[in-house]
Amino acid sequence: MNGVHDMGGMDGFGPVVREANEPVFHAGWEGRVYALASIAAGAGLINADEFRHAIERIPPARYLASSYYERWLAAVETLLVERRIVTREELLEKEDGAIDPALIANAVATQGPAPVKGRTGAKPPRARFAKGARVRARNLNPSGHTRLPRYVRGKAGVIARDQGVFVFPDTNAHHAGTKPQHCYSVAFDARELWGKSANSRERVYLDLWEDYLESIARNLKRQATKRKTTHRTGRRRKK
Amino acid sequence: MSGDHHNTDDTGPAARVKALEAILTEKGLIDPAAIDAIVDIYETRVGPRNGARVVAKAWTDPEYRKRLLANAKSAAAELGIAGPEGGHLVAVENTDRVHNLVVCTLCSCYPWPVLGLPPVWYKSFAYRSRAVSDPRGVLKDFGLELEREVEIRVWDSSAEMRYLVIPERPKGTEGMSEDELAAIVTRDSMVGVAKIAPPASPRRNAPRVRG
Repeated sequence: MNGVHDMGGMDGFGPVVREANEPVFHAGWEGRVYALASIAAGAGLINADEFRHAIERIPPARYLASSYYERWLAAVETLLVERRIVTREELLEKEDGAIDPALIANAVATQGPAPVKGRTGAKPPRARFAKGARVRARNLNPSGHTRLPRYVRGKAGVIARDQGVFVFPDTNAHHAGTKPQHCYSVAFDARELWGKSANSRERVYLDLWEDYLESIARNLKRQATKRKTTHRTGRRRKK
Repeated sequence: MSGDHHNTDDTGPAARVKALEAILTEKGLIDPAAIDAIVDIYETRVGPRNGARVVAKAWTDPEYRKRLLANAKSAAAELGIAGPEGGHLVAVENTDRVHNLVVCTLCSCYPWPVLGLPPVWYKSFAYRSRAVSDPRGVLKDFGLELEREVEIRVWDSSAEMRYLVIPERPKGTEGMSEDELAAIVTRDSMVGVAKIAPPASPRRNAPRVRG
């Protein structure tokens, strides 16, 4: 989804500010919600992809106004209610009304109760791209979860490394299958991403699943041949 | 402004977490003792000292450095370092020509087993938004200005790979032991937002437990 969480390349958030002598947790509840989520994930109650998606589904204004662990708490509540592990009534009763019901009402309850699946036992799929291959990140705008950031969509890069086979987050987050496939480290030049004014000595490496990528090798070759021909013709004319 | 504020009172999130914990305990789904244990692990045991040990060993043992660059997960495991978010650890090395910087623009993925849980600045919207589009500007926020010729590689950990930067070993540390070296490796240098300053004088103190 094209959510506010997809922040790469945005402006206006100001300088990065460091906190001196920062504690691991700033309040007791931060550690406890961190541990709660870890236990829920470890027990297979929630998977990492749906957890990330639950954070992304927090309405944008609320997302921006929440701290990191407040977003974790919202995601845990959303998922546990959606999975019918706890009910909204139970939460409200226990909190004496301290909770904002809108937070849980935001939960999209369209997903069926599918079991969390790990990797399939099937033969790992073959890699479509080799190291050094030129690829383009597809211009995909799914309404659900994706790990394809907006700032690389439609941009060209080079396969730097095959990272192996991974569960596909776009389907796994919605319990629509694990769709295991190769994930690649793809190198993008800063100028390709941000335009000519960007520094030519900067590069962004992103780990992208195969379904996010398309080959551009053939197109490039064609363009290169075309360019050569035009160039030669031009020179001849000058003579 | 950047969502970094912290709610420390006993209303709001604190009450909600308490309720959630009580309900899940009643249903027999969690054991509060397990929560205590996890909190304790991340407050006292898992932190950047782990990563510092890995870096110091890579600096002093060329064979280990090779193994670390080839497979950081197994190299960390050699030192007993493993855990959640460490399943696909990748080490990237800084040199005088290449500087690596790690970010997660979509959430705040971070190599927990070697660095602990991420600091607030790493999770801040300012860092997540600008690290990919203006890495030199972000480094300036940290007081680090790199030479123009240095190539910056920004690793946006959008999938399951978690990156650990091996910072450059500072000059003047030739005689230091692995433990002494581990004591000067900072968290920020292992994320790539800082370099390690050469020590003013050779350290003779025992390494800190964590930092």
